[in-house]
Amino acid sequence: MMAKYLLLKHYRGAPAAVNDVPMDQWTPEELSAHVRYMADFAARLEGTGEFVDGQALSPEGTFVRYDGEGRPPVTDGPFAETKDLIAGWMVIDVETYERALELAGELSAAPGAGGKPIHEWLEVRPFMAHQHTVIE
Amino acid sequence: MTGTDIEGLLRELAPRALGAVVRRYGHFDTAEDAVQEALLAAALRWPSDGLPDHPLGWLVTVAARRLTDLLRAQQARRDREDTVARWTPVDARHAPPADRTPADSDDTLILLFMCCHPSLSPASQIALTLRAVGGLTTVEIARAFLVPESTMTRRITRAKQRIRDSGLRFGLPSPEEWAERLDVVLHVLYLIFNEGYASTSGPGLHRAELSAEAIRLARIVHRALPEDGEVAGLLALMLLTDARRAARTGQDGTLIPMAEQDRGRWNAELIAEGVRLVSAALPRGPVGPYQLQAAIAAVHDEAPSAAETDWPQIMALYEVLLHLSGNPLVALNHAVAVAMVRGPRAGLDLVAKLETDGRIAGDHRLHAVRAHLLEMAGDGSAAREAYLTAAGRAMNPPQQRYLYGRAARLDARD
Repeated sequence: MMAKYLLLKHYRGAPAAVNDVPMDQWTPEELSAHVRYMADFAARLEGTGEFVDGQALSPEGTFVRYDGEGRPPVTDGPFAETKDLIAGWMVIDVETYERALELAGELSAAPGAGGKPIHEWLEVRPFMAHQHTVIE
Repeated sequence: MTGTDIEGLLRELAPRALGAVVRRYGHFDTAEDAVQEALLAAALRWPSDGLPDHPLGWLVTVAARRLTDLLRAQQARRDREDTVARWTPVDARHAPPADRTPADSDDTLILLFMCCHPSLSPASQIALTLRAVGGLTTVEIARAFLVPESTMTRRITRAKQRIRDSGLRFGLPSPEEWAERLDVVLHVLYLIFNEGYASTSGPGLHRAELSAEAIRLARIVHRALPEDGEVAGLLALMLLTDARRAARTGQDGTLIPMAEQDRGRWNAELIAEGVRLVSAALPRGPVGPYQLQAAIAAVHDEAPSAAETDWPQIMALYEVLLHLSGNPLVALNHAVAVAMVRGPRAGLDLVAKLETDGRIAGDHRLHAVRAHLLEMAGDGSAAREAYLTAAGRAMNPPQQRYLYGRAARLDARD
């Protein structure tokens, strides 16, 4: 049965990629090739009926928390250099766990510096879902 | 007629209209689009114009007209000569045998067999069944499965293309294929039911309608095949399970195990109907897994209290089911029944054997059962460990909350 998975991309915090040149050192052509690859990948998954959602995130961000009744929320940031930093995600809905791994593998082959695959590490996380059984 | 009445009527007429159009013109995939458009037109016009004299005839006429337009447009696009021959009414080429006047229920059944064709993936079978037979819109199906509409549209379109490419003709499966094909249909209805039943509250609330839809479709199949024991068994299983729905979650969405449910909130009408169905089916034989599961559900549903449950009978039924299926989840439930009859240690011995079965060893349910049986055996600290292990592997928040709660209760007692 179909199950949803989150494919998580990291700016920082994942093990080092094979083609580890950071994005801010890519040429504009390399950058647009990367973006095109991601868009094509999403379009292909939409065609197979496996796409749910995908977004890229800005590296800028702030921590926010509740600070009690009637008080403005407390903010903290920008993020420290050591923090695990999410770059974006894609949510897929696929028949098997193996298929989720296969797609994550393809996504990890997106081109980076020199137009070569980045081989970046993606995190594959199953959604909390229900069991498929009536037997309780 | 209110909008809701009309919606119900349209859902009921949807497969019959599609069956009539496909029977006459073929082209399942395009006909399905045409019928959807006819349904939409009816939903817009009937509430203000009033019902036509022959609602089904109205839908078939509008859909057939729309089908002709769609096929013409396709033909113009492809500009292929042989297309003309293909959209001549099927009847014009092959007159149906004089002794055969197909009933509407036959048409619905044929559609179900088409939508549940073995060449499709389960996800496609489910989506197509809900749309073509259930009369749900793509938006509704997408919402129920929590995917974007565009994704669901593609799933349905691909499924229809596959059926078209396979050259499947509009008819019931051959006698040789019958049993296997019916199994797939029943499994698809079972999966639709589970999709709805597994969701409890909150964001999953609208998904509960899927259970109602599965029951409605199972009723249609049962009406068409009243002698089939497994069809009756599946319908009974759904009714007997659905009867406990209101009692299985607390106000805050927490799961309530069957032993602690308020049995006054079980639906007596559904239980009576389910019991009647399964009692009539069992003696007719052959007995299959759906009938056995329904029989087990019936024993639970008929017990006045958890303590008065007829566990020896449940144990015996699970033993038969185990011979039929070999499913590790059945084995796990069998272990629970054995524990209730012969004591927790006897159940734990069976659970221990399952711990080497890769299909279930990592499953939270195995650990949850072990925890319950350890608690029954009075081994609080081992039970607590097992509850925590189970909670760590649970697949949804209410289950997780329930298991942490059980562990915490043992803490408090220490």
